Parts: sequence; C-alpha cells; structure tokens
Amino acid sequence: MKKIPTVGIVQYGAGNQASIINALGSLSVKSIPIATPSEIGKVDKLIIPGVGHATKAMNELKRSELDEAIRKTNIPLLGICLGMQLLGVRSEEGDTKCLSICDFETVRFNVPLKVPQMGWNKVRLTGNTLFYGLDQEEWFYFVHSYYIPKSSFTIAKCNYGVEFTAAVQHNNFWGVQFHPEKSGKKGLQLLKNFIELC
Amino acid sequence: MLAKRIIPCLDIKNGRTVKGVNFDNLTDAGDPVELAKKYYAEGADELVLLDISATLEGRETFIDVVRDVAKAIAIPFTVGGGIGSVEQAEKLIRAGADKISINTAAIQKPELIGNLADYFGSQCVVVAIDIMLTEKGWEVVSHAGTKRTGIKALEWAKTCEILGAGEILLTSHTSDGTKRGFATDITRKISQSIGIPLIASGGAGLPEHFAEVLTKGMADAALAAGVFHYDLLSISQVKEYLQSKNIIIRY
Repeated sequence: MKKIPTVGIVQYGAGNQASIINALGSLSVKSIPIATPSEIGKVDKLIIPGVGHATKAMNELKRSELDEAIRKTNIPLLGICLGMQLLGVRSEEGDTKCLSICDFETVRFNVPLKVPQMGWNKVRLTGNTLFYGLDQEEWFYFVHSYYIPKSSFTIAKCNYGVEFTAAVQHNNFWGVQFHPEKSGKKGLQLLKNFIELC
Repeated sequence: MLAKRIIPCLDIKNGRTVKGVNFDNLTDAGDPVELAKKYYAEGADELVLLDISATLEGRETFIDVVRDVAKAIAIPFTVGGGIGSVEQAEKLIRAGADKISINTAAIQKPELIGNLADYFGSQCVVVAIDIMLTEKGWEVVSHAGTKRTGIKALEWAKTCEILGAGEILLTSHTSDGTKRGFATDITRKISQSIGIPLIASGGAGLPEHFAEVLTKGMADAALAAGVFHYDLLSISQVKEYLQSKNIIIRY
C-alpha cells in the first residue's frame, strides 16, 4: 500500500488554519504545523495557507527564518491565496518584498466591481498534474483584493473585470489564488492531486 | 464572472436546528451537522449558522456544532448570534468558522466592527443589518427585530463599510417569513451604494424571488431559511431556475 504523505502547514501568524486542517483530515491526510526550518525535514509536502496581510506574513517568515528554508526546499509546496502571492517578487499590499521564487508581482484589483472578489468564479484550467480529474472549467471559491497578472508561470486563469492568474507552477512550487479547502469536492480533488501526484 | 450565491441559514438553539416563523412556534428540525451536510450536497454556495440560544450552556454547545460542521463540509460558512467581542469571535473562528456576523453589538459599539476587521481581516466580518419599513422609511432594528433604532438603513450600511465590514447581510423584517419576496428596492439602493458584497435575506418563497433580488435588487447573494427547511424549495430547484434566466450561478 502506498504511504500517505505527511503535510506541513507553514506557520506565519495567520489566524485560521482550521479549514485547511479539516480538508486534509477529510482526505485522511496527516498535517503538522511548521514553525521552524528544521521541522521541514519531517514532512513530504508543504502548504502555505492563505489568510492574512503580506507584510505581516513576510516579517514573520523572516523572523522564523522559514523564508530562506522555503526558497531552498525541493519538496512539493502549495501556496494558497496569500500563500501563492508570497512566492512572487513583490506585492502591492503594503509594498512588500516577497520570497522571489517566481518572477511575478501581486497588484490590487482596479476594476469597477466590488473588492474583495468574494465568492465562486469559473477557472479555466490547463493540463497540469494539479488538475488531474477536473474539467477544463471548474468553479472555485475566491476571497481576495490583490491578484497576480498573467505570466509564464500561469497554469489556470480566471476573470474578474480583468483576466488574472488563478494558479501557478514553477519547479516544485505550486500556487492557487482560490481556496481549494473551501471549494467543495473539486477543491478536495485538487488537494488530493497535490498530495498524491505532485 | 463571479457567480451569485445561494445561502441557506440554519437557526440553532441549544445545539439543535429549529425552524419557525419570526422565532415563534419553534419546532425541532434536527441535527445541524446533518442538515449542513444535506445543503452542502445539494449545492449550497455557503452556509450561515445562527445561534439563537439564550443560555450560556447553549452558547457553549454552539461552539461544538461549529467544530463539527467545519469538519463535515468544504464550503465557507458564517456564524452569528449574540457575538459581542473579539474573544467570542476568536473561539468560533478557531472552531472552524470562516466569517463572523455581528448585529446588535455592532449598533451598540460600532468600534467592534473595526476591532474584528483588524484582528481577522475585513473578509471575515459580516455586519447583519435588520431593517423594517416604518413611517421614517427603512429603519434599522435591533435585538432580533424587537427594537427600533431610528437609524436609516442606507446610512448604517455605508457606515459599516467605512468601519471595516467585509460584507453586509441585509434582512428585511417587513418581508421576513411572508414568502412574498425580498425587499428588492432597498436592497438595490444599498447594494449600489456600497463597495462590499451584499447578501439579501427575508421573504424568499419562490425561485422568482431569488431571481428578482439578484438582478433587480443587485444583491450578490440571497439567503433563506424557511423555504429550504420545510422543503418548499430545494437549492438545486432555485439554481436551475436562475440558470434558465441566464443568471450566473455555480452548478
């Protein structure tokens, strides 16, 4: 029988991680909190969850020296929402310097629509491993005021007054702007793919 | 394009779902976790769990319900009912709630809106505004609709946004329980005057009512309790109707 990987959840002072822990729990996956670089050695996968402010998150990652450890890691990592935005070079949120793993920037929505974008939007997916078993278009749940424009890292796109990046991949790093842990069965399928296939 | 959301609301008293019109003649409607699972399976976009317990024991039980619901569903849910402090909100967020809804406490101490927004982020803070049509126009009411405040609905909604609310849950007590449709006009007026999402509530009886409030009323989401509890409508029935009217929904 295939061993089920242990997933580390990167701690950066962001409040609520109950939903990601619950979602992994429903897939019978064990998750442990990661607060120091040495703890990364105990896990097979990493998730950077996504609720909070970019500046606060980066300050906390620097303080714990997890920033450098994340840059160097070669195990599969999934950034969710803010967790994906942190993979870039810079965020307009608080004019924050981010992890610089991928060469993209995060900017604020400047559209004649309500901000944050809150709710379900249709995402156009590519054939990336992360989307195994999903259709070319799927609904996912978003809550965000900042977005990443389309780039060479984009593996899924969405539209909210402007076309934006819904997911990225670069080597062992994946990111999704939406919340798979809150996107019903399709979201759970995506998390399962990350755990079993990526 | 962002989909319009359909949100069932569960009223919970001492850990059990109850149903009734305007809090009268409450009858037991079973285990909230089972009902949450049912709505999740039927395609609800979010849920709202409203604690209407009047006792401390009831409130403690509610936290257990929140914890169990969080494990049973993978869609966002808001909790509300008697939340008056950041500490109370934190217990519920830690138990797995995605958003906190405050109502009377926001009127009594408006700074609570900002305090919650600073602590959890605006996206976690829903201000529930109960309104009633009086001789003064649409007026805000508090204490589950029993007290008039003299505050104008539109002004209060704008103030809530400025103070840090991430979403408004607007309930018309004038139409609540009537099953004759939402208060579309005031919903539209408020929704187009604010830059944050608005959930319309109170008066759902037919699929047409949902369509009206989501188009003419410009609501971002529509909430209902009674019609779903009593199986007068199913979520999929409402969504099929909305889709036939070319309203963007998740299916």
